[in-house]
Amino acid sequence: MAEERHIFSVLVENRFGVLARIAGLFSGRGFNIDSLNVAETDDPGVSHMTIVTHGDAQIIEQIYKHLNKLIDVIKVIDLTVENHVERELVLIKVYAEPQRRGEILQIVEIFRAHTVDVGPDSLIIEVTGDEGKLKAVVDLLRPYGIRELARTGKIAIMRGAPR
Amino acid sequence: MELSGAKILIESLKQEGVEYIFGVNGGAAMPIFDALYDHPDVKLIMMRHEQGASHAADGYARATGKVGVTLATSGPGATNLVTGIATAYMDSIPMVAITGQVFTHLMGNDAFQECDVIGVTRPVCKHSYLIKSGDEVAEVIAEAFHIASTGRPGPVVVDFAKDAQIHESLFRYPEKVNIRSYKPKVEGHPRQIAKAVELIHNAERPILYAGGGVTLSDASEELRELAIKTGIPITVTLMGLGAFPETHPLAMEMPGMHGSCCANYAFTDSDLVVAIGARFDDRVTGDLTKFAPNAKKIHIDIDASCIGKNVPIDVPIVGDAKRVLAEMNKLVHRVDIEPWMRQINEWKAQYPFEYEQNGDNIMPQYVIEQIYDLYSDAIVVGDVGQHQMWAAQYFKFTEPRQWLNSGGLGTMGFSLPAAIGAQLGCPDKTVVNINGDGSYIMTIQELVPAISMKLPLKIFIINNMYLGMVRQWQELFHQKRYAAVDYHDNPDFAQLADAFGATGIRVDRIEDVRPALEKAKAINDGPVVIDFIVDEEENVFPMVPAGAGLGDVIRGLA
Repeated sequence: MAEERHIFSVLVENRFGVLARIAGLFSGRGFNIDSLNVAETDDPGVSHMTIVTHGDAQIIEQIYKHLNKLIDVIKVIDLTVENHVERELVLIKVYAEPQRRGEILQIVEIFRAHTVDVGPDSLIIEVTGDEGKLKAVVDLLRPYGIRELARTGKIAIMRGAPR
Repeated sequence: MELSGAKILIESLKQEGVEYIFGVNGGAAMPIFDALYDHPDVKLIMMRHEQGASHAADGYARATGKVGVTLATSGPGATNLVTGIATAYMDSIPMVAITGQVFTHLMGNDAFQECDVIGVTRPVCKHSYLIKSGDEVAEVIAEAFHIASTGRPGPVVVDFAKDAQIHESLFRYPEKVNIRSYKPKVEGHPRQIAKAVELIHNAERPILYAGGGVTLSDASEELRELAIKTGIPITVTLMGLGAFPETHPLAMEMPGMHGSCCANYAFTDSDLVVAIGARFDDRVTGDLTKFAPNAKKIHIDIDASCIGKNVPIDVPIVGDAKRVLAEMNKLVHRVDIEPWMRQINEWKAQYPFEYEQNGDNIMPQYVIEQIYDLYSDAIVVGDVGQHQMWAAQYFKFTEPRQWLNSGGLGTMGFSLPAAIGAQLGCPDKTVVNINGDGSYIMTIQELVPAISMKLPLKIFIINNMYLGMVRQWQELFHQKRYAAVDYHDNPDFAQLADAFGATGIRVDRIEDVRPALEKAKAINDGPVVIDFIVDEEENVFPMVPAGAGLGDVIRGLA
């Protein structure tokens, strides 16, 4: 069976040990997590997780069912099959000697990214977007020398009226 | 009135109708044991090892259908419970396991007898709680019992910090448990049920395949009705034995690795498999590519994640077996499958469970036959190994909760402590423990509480002086290289029973088998241990070798 990438949106009780239960579900069965983001929702008692994973149809179905089976999980949506918005934020510390700064700042502007810190020979750039945009920016900055890179992992929600 | 966390725990257990706690005392659980010390309603059963305590709680739950409760201290006490928790988890047994934990200010500091119990038990329990304050106790216990006993049942771990056990707060037990993220689906979807009934009515070679879920959901009446109303032959797994009477003409007996040829051939040739509370375990299906290749499959299970896990399913029905079967029974009628039944009956007649007498040796199967003859109404608690398979084959179970064994995890040492729990839960029943020489010695220390309480357990050891099942595999697949299976250096179990204070009998001649079993029947003031010295190298047949298809069953060596 062909492998597919899926994005799960998971609402969980904001409680001790929940993250470990989710992580254990994946590690115990040999399922993969490509990225995982977790933070409080508007309701401090509930956290939202965005889990990006991949596998064949049978594995994806098992992941969906096992997530639902966890006692602390309130709701699971496979966003891949829904109309949704996904975003990721990346911070890139890139070498920027004074004579090359102009070129880098142009890239920042074109992609509507932000410069959030300036050092004597480096810049920190913040980019938000979907996977394609982030890849384009990182690829363009790589020749200048990336010193550090940190990304949030994907967050995603469904379009349209609230459930 | 303000009570300590430990006292709130006991009052909460009382609210849940708990009669017995199976435990072993220790530092971080002392306030709980102290609260039990003079409590009139909740009785503490002092086991000799925490593993025994957990299996006893499990045996109690299996025999009664109620939630079993086990209690241990922190660190090693808690880690010793893990095997019992995992055993209950694999077989979906309702259990609440309470562990003492070090003071909250010491947690994470590598304190004496500290262990991250929530972390250690996470993959082997249905859910877990850490209590860090006395005012959480009542709500946690109410939720723990609710989760353990509903949906697909299972063990819930409650780790209880010592300061929370001491801390006083107001006791108020919740009247109702409402967990927004936990609402098990019990009603089957009517359209799915209708589809299933249509498949049943149109099948030419259908079989019913029932598992432990039928017993757990108390659905054996409904299962009997379905089988008898439709006239479809039925195979019941190791975990479900007794859910349908094996003495009934429609019964094909157990399927799988050591199941009946009839059940395995029927799977292979069937055009419809109706699975009810069974999970297509590898020991049942054999090679999945050869499993029931021409059959459509209906799967009724309360756990959606069980459906389609191993075998693709045509009609999934998520729901409680009792409710779903009751709905199906309203719609089904008798199916005309006369040629198929003729085939089934031919297989049954041709390939019954059978064995050959070897010289003057006591054949293990003969012992089981005699036990069945004399104790057919008893609750039988089996351990794990060859004797377990022989008991499953030669004892004809007719009632649910009559056969208790560790089917999923296959935990050796399970049966003696589980028999203690079963006997306490069912004081009016005879409890027979069929054990092996390897498994018996793993939890032999639990003879002590059985003797102290004068429990009339009938402990029958099928002693072939080997780890017999492993030896059988070595004989068949490892050129008889008997590595680490020779148990001839075990002690004389009859003398050892006497030393413990039980009645010990050693039987090494065929003619003594039945008289010894009769004698055991008359001993009712404590456990009796009969050590049956049986043929050492008898094998369990039929056998579907690991990795083979069910149609490739080996009927015997000859």
